[in-house]
Amino acid sequence: MLRFLVRRTLQLIPTLGGLSILLFIWLQRLPGGPEYALLPDDATAEQRAQLRRSLGLDEPLTVQYLAFLRNILQGDLGTSIQTGRPVVEEFFTRFPATFELAITAMLMAIAVGIPLGYLAARRRGGVLDFAAVGGSLLGICTPVFFLAFILKVIFAERLGLFPSAFRLSPGLNRTDLSGFVVLDGLRTGELDVVWDALMHLALPGLALASIPLAVIVRMTRASVLEVLEEDYVRTADAKGLHRRTVRGRHVLRNAMLPVVTAIGLLTGSLFAGAVLTESVFAFPGVGSFVYGATQTRDYPVLTGFILLIATMYVFINLLVDISYSLLDPRVRAQ
Amino acid sequence: MPTTPSAHNPEGSPVPDAESAGTGGTALLGRKAAKIDRLAELMGPRDEGTHGAGIWRTAFSRLRRSPMAITGAIIVAGFVVVALFAPLLAPYAPTAQTWGDEVFPNQNIFVGPRAENWLGLDNLGRDQFSRMVIGARQTLLVGVVATLVGFGVGALLGGTAGAAATLGGRWGRTIDNAIMRVIDMMLALPTLLLAVTVAALIGPSLTTVMLAVGIAQVPIFARLLRGAMISQGNRDYVLAARALGVRKHKIALTHILPNSLGPVIVQSTLTLATAIIDAAALSYLGLGNPDPSFPEWGTMLADAQRFLSSAPQLAVYPALAIIVTALGFTLLGEAMREALDPKLRK
Amino acid sequence: MGSSTPLLAVEELSVVFGGRGSDEVRAVDGVSFTLEEGKVTGLVGESGCGKSVTSLALMGLLPPRGVRVGGSALLNLPEGEVDLLKLSPKRMRDLRGSRLAMIFQDPLSSLNPVVPIGRQVTEILNRHRGMRGSAAEKEAADLLQRVGIPDPERRLKEYPHQLSGGMRQRALIAMAVACRPRVMIADEPTTALDVTIQAQILELLKDLVTEEGTALLMITHDLGVVAGLCDDINVLYAGRAVETAPRAPLFAGPTHPYTVGLLGSIPRLDAPRGEPLTPIRGSVNDNIAWHDGCAFAPRCDHYTLECLEGPPALVHTDDGVHAYRCVNPVRHADVADRAVLESPSVVGDEEESA
Repeated sequence: MLRFLVRRTLQLIPTLGGLSILLFIWLQRLPGGPEYALLPDDATAEQRAQLRRSLGLDEPLTVQYLAFLRNILQGDLGTSIQTGRPVVEEFFTRFPATFELAITAMLMAIAVGIPLGYLAARRRGGVLDFAAVGGSLLGICTPVFFLAFILKVIFAERLGLFPSAFRLSPGLNRTDLSGFVVLDGLRTGELDVVWDALMHLALPGLALASIPLAVIVRMTRASVLEVLEEDYVRTADAKGLHRRTVRGRHVLRNAMLPVVTAIGLLTGSLFAGAVLTESVFAFPGVGSFVYGATQTRDYPVLTGFILLIATMYVFINLLVDISYSLLDPRVRAQ
Repeated sequence: MPTTPSAHNPEGSPVPDAESAGTGGTALLGRKAAKIDRLAELMGPRDEGTHGAGIWRTAFSRLRRSPMAITGAIIVAGFVVVALFAPLLAPYAPTAQTWGDEVFPNQNIFVGPRAENWLGLDNLGRDQFSRMVIGARQTLLVGVVATLVGFGVGALLGGTAGAAATLGGRWGRTIDNAIMRVIDMMLALPTLLLAVTVAALIGPSLTTVMLAVGIAQVPIFARLLRGAMISQGNRDYVLAARALGVRKHKIALTHILPNSLGPVIVQSTLTLATAIIDAAALSYLGLGNPDPSFPEWGTMLADAQRFLSSAPQLAVYPALAIIVTALGFTLLGEAMREALDPKLRK
Repeated sequence: MGSSTPLLAVEELSVVFGGRGSDEVRAVDGVSFTLEEGKVTGLVGESGCGKSVTSLALMGLLPPRGVRVGGSALLNLPEGEVDLLKLSPKRMRDLRGSRLAMIFQDPLSSLNPVVPIGRQVTEILNRHRGMRGSAAEKEAADLLQRVGIPDPERRLKEYPHQLSGGMRQRALIAMAVACRPRVMIADEPTTALDVTIQAQILELLKDLVTEEGTALLMITHDLGVVAGLCDDINVLYAGRAVETAPRAPLFAGPTHPYTVGLLGSIPRLDAPRGEPLTPIRGSVNDNIAWHDGCAFAPRCDHYTLECLEGPPALVHTDDGVHAYRCVNPVRHADVADRAVLESPSVVGDEEESA
């Protein structure tokens, strides 16, 4: 197991290394060169020249790349043009909000998707199956930002059931421990804060959950259908086991293997999807901030976000591989 | 696995042996003919079965009976016809602000559907129906070009990796490994960010959208083709071809590749849907075509978000168009996947 | 043993798939046989003749929709007689694993890949015998020991992919015999195994049947298995029994052309070098429907016009134990004689002499 972990971790190095080279080349190729990316548009020629020197842009490319890499590894992603504060700091303060939103969305998608996909497979060809498959196809085909807008207009603006923006209602008293509003609320016992935060998470969470939900429903359904045809399910039935044993231990356990992989990959894409959803609900997370960066060409923020997403992606992949090997003894053996 | 070898009988129908008919010449012939006729009659209807029909033909015949495929095909056909004949179908110029003096967005005055403007006017007093029709063309263009980019680059990378992995020995595995690392890297980048980076280099434009959406599909195509080729490469017929001394590149091109294309073709259909949806998201981020003379559904939808509370129809038309079109391609693709999947064939 | 009433009496079993929209397929078309304590009954035929469907029907394992099952299968239990085909699904679930057990063809795919062998054995002990914890584990180890798996405590913790093919089939047999079933069905239990392992597994099955007095229904296409193991034999073709007889009469005097053909296709070591095998022409798909005539007619060397006029009736011979369904029976087939029974190519017999 340890060897497996070490090997998989070592495999991450070329992926992330290659990515850093790509990013470096990209920054070099930006119109006007990297100093444009790092300075406001109205910077003077003198400022530019100074920046070029201070950034070492007169050095050979390899030296520049190594400096770039050293900065990244030291956690220095530059300074945001929008706010003038270090990018890492900006991400750090906003990350808990996005994390909470992504977890909410994923929990919604899993809690609804797996049972729905399972039931659709059990009643293949029935009304529920038709609705589940049709609904998930529709979910995949609906642009996320449009869904977010529709949810906001209907449930927040017209019906007033949910707040339409932000993470908490203004003027709410809360003790800040970690930036994770729901967790903090639970720890300090401020249940009104928890409720308020959950209400704020509901609509953006739902919008963000739409694609993972659709994918999980379809994956679960297809996987259960495949496992139901397996010989070992027939063996379990031939042993006269209770129906719930057959379904739990023999059908679901095997059917979940591919779904676990899908959930991992979807979690990575949630953070990218947050850019679209958060901006619609003015949710103060990393996503809104990056949305702003795309509008203002805040390159240090974009570079930082790309690195963040890519790193998260490879680590989620690693987690998926590990959980897969825990679930499937055949993988462990290799 | 029957112990009895089921040898093929070249004559097709059984040849009754002499012993079974005892008496004279004509009677024997008559009985023989009667027997064969009777047998042919009883076995008749079975002969027109699925014998010899190729995998594509059976898949097609199953597609024709699938309501999913038919719905998808009708939607796709309708969309393509509208897109191709857009200039003929659009009653007005999509850019003409002919009725500009009737619409005042800041006073919440919009014009809904009426006799001369079937879908009403947009926020600048342009005919919404004409814009939708012309927009279909741009949308199709984005979808097709993005898919071609994804398919082309993806198939090249995946095909090389797959061929190298199956036939190339130790060097092949190294090449395969290198390509797969690049693909892993691409998978780590979401479409959105890819588009942002491309836009930063060449500015927001339709090309940006098409390139970004297309490149984002590359790893999917590459992995699919590589996976299919490796699984085909382990089949016995490839081994047989190698044993016969067929050259490696010929095996890859004439045996493995054609048999591995099924999933890739299915994926192309699905990618057309993804491309249209992703293009809309990129337009929302302001990375789409900034030129208003070429309306595109994604841009229209993104522009209309501002008026969603007061004039929801402006967003709903392009949104519905995007959803229905994407659904059409998805239905068709999914039906094709099912028709080609040997596991689901029952 | 030697009870006059059979343990399981199957009468006119029929299984029809499809209907409503698609074409009906009569997979099993009026099959009758009986199983007796301590005896092995064989169902023999090519793939697609309905043997496996018969076993699934008896186990109640056919899919709930799209299948019609007819006839009766009366099982004699201490608490009274039950018809397996008419029991509620819940009651069948209680009987399966405890009174009826089944061994499947492919031991790898028949075992759950992500559950340890031990768990797969203890779960049946838990279900039917209420055993839990260490008691169940000890019993599971005993069972593995009994079916000839060495070092059972270690094997219990292993997963199916860590076991060899023969080992897996032994584990499946351990699960089948865990609750001392009255009736055991083995569906081609040796087909997926190496020849040497086949013989061991057959011997194991035979021992279990004699020790426990279980009735075994052996489903196979392998006449070697039949000759070595089965007391009574039913030859199936296209969903109907075409010949039924005890082992000795069947091998000594096969009557139906299909049986003759099957016997003629066995390679014999004592045959003169260079003599070709005599396979049956065509394949199981070259059938006509039984109600039009003899389904085997298109592949038969002996068919006449009479064969094509309605279904042939089951004919009983004078001794009352041999029956066949043919209008032109083969009287003195020389394809097989006692030599077949003793020939070394017959796996079961090799076992007996070994």
